[in-house]
Amino acid sequence: MSDIFQNVEPMVHESRISVPYHWWAGDTASRFFIDLRDSQKIMGTRCSKCSKTYVPPRKTCPTCFTPNDEWREVASQGTLISYTVVRRHQASLPKKPPIIYGLIQLEGADTAVLHIIDELKPEDVKIGMKVQAKFSSQRKGTMFDIEYFRPVH
Amino acid sequence: MDRAAIIGVGMTKIEANKVRETFADMAWEAVNKALADAGMNIGDIDNVITTSNDFWDGRTISCMAVGDASGVKYKNVSCVEGDGTFGAFYGLSRTLSGSYGTTLVTAHSKGSESVSSLITNASFDPIYDRAFGMDMVSSAAMQANAYLHRTKTTAEQMALVSVKNHGNALLNPYAQLPMKLTVDDVLQSEMIADPLHKLDCSPVSDGCCAIIIANEERATRYAGNPVWIKGVSFCSDSFFLGDRDLSRAPSLSEAAKKAYQMAGISNPAMEISLAEVYDAFTHQELMWIEALGLAGDGEAAKELEKGSYTIKGSLPVNPSGGLLSGHPVIAAGLIRIAEAVKQIRGNAGDYQVDGVRLALAQGVNGLCGQSHCVWILGKDK
Ligand SMILES: [Zn+2]
Repeated sequence: MSDIFQNVEPMVHESRISVPYHWWAGDTASRFFIDLRDSQKIMGTRCSKCSKTYVPPRKTCPTCFTPNDEWREVASQGTLISYTVVRRHQASLPKKPPIIYGLIQLEGADTAVLHIIDELKPEDVKIGMKVQAKFSSQRKGTMFDIEYFRPVH
Repeated sequence: MDRAAIIGVGMTKIEANKVRETFADMAWEAVNKALADAGMNIGDIDNVITTSNDFWDGRTISCMAVGDASGVKYKNVSCVEGDGTFGAFYGLSRTLSGSYGTTLVTAHSKGSESVSSLITNASFDPIYDRAFGMDMVSSAAMQANAYLHRTKTTAEQMALVSVKNHGNALLNPYAQLPMKLTVDDVLQSEMIADPLHKLDCSPVSDGCCAIIIANEERATRYAGNPVWIKGVSFCSDSFFLGDRDLSRAPSLSEAAKKAYQMAGISNPAMEISLAEVYDAFTHQELMWIEALGLAGDGEAAKELEKGSYTIKGSLPVNPSGGLLSGHPVIAAGLIRIAEAVKQIRGNAGDYQVDGVRLALAQGVNGLCGQSHCVWILGKDK
């Protein structure tokens, strides 16, 4: 079959999907962010049926499919469950790499929270190490009210 | 389950940048190849499922935009957002409903046209997680560290997956990255996100795949060579990464258990002739092999070192070269099914595995393998 498009220059159209969007955080996350912003407290929701505390908090228990029925404060320090060190720059990154990302299980919580780990060299980060939240001095009710987690010395 | 078969498969070559081809061009090629493979024409297709993702396609209702090139006019067409194996599951369900004798399933994407890290970052929860800037690669890296830590699997063993799969791709004319590599080549490639080197990661790819599913009555009506669907299941884990043990894949084990049960398989490692698994990253091939019950927990790397997973090994894994050799998101899982079909029919060319009776194909949806779809295909009805 002859290719009728053989000598056609391929044209490229540039555009972007840029649609402003705002997410209603819901009453559960709102309360979590208000406590973080105003009291530097990290709050989880608890399912008494499963005896599980979810941080970040969820309105319903993903394990047993019932509403979580209790708020509980958890510690601002915990254990690093896993991590990665991002080395190559990506468009999604909030700052220049290297960036250490970690999953941190706070004392009193049964799930891990995602965050940035700092104040240590990438080669010193280890699964199982203890880390502590460093609260931001300018808190606005977002996950960055915790600036990052740092090693407990 | 009533019987159904895959009676036609077609795919484009997987390439880094199909600059001359639109989504519709790719669908046209894959669909026409599948029809020719089945000995059918478009009038023999009773309904169509297209599989795509709006962010990857840069448009809303992306699935409808490839309809014309998939022959959907005046047909019932429905759409799945996610991996092609899930589109195929829906296509199978429609076929078994009795309303349609044949179903055409397509899946496509072009990674080359956008920015992968921005698109996969957008799959993180916007309230709690997205602002950190993680993406598919960094989350997979976190999973890899958890898996290495728990099982004592090493970076060298992970690298061996890359060596094997890129080597297999040398035999597959549809693969994007055929490469003769050494473990050192992998370990010396750029560190993207610890412990994942560049050659531990699948590439950005463009491609499309199409398959045709038929019920028992229609499966043998055409000139093609039907491959029978023996078992299929999918299962999902929790959404938030911190709710899961990232070093394990219990939802894959659950999906596999149900698929094996349906297929009457009691000893998968012995009974399955080959597996095409979703090796988006090297450690994932090892994790998925274990979660599928094809190796003991933490044992896949040792089997890999013994050569068990090569094309001539006792249980070839990704003889096509896998996702590491070409990863068009969405299409990738459907390509695993198409590769399994080719192997069962004995027309996989230079990477044909000997004596294939049962083959496994796996697809994944979501970060770090949140959801898995497992297909068992066989030669015999
Ligand atoms: Zn519960």
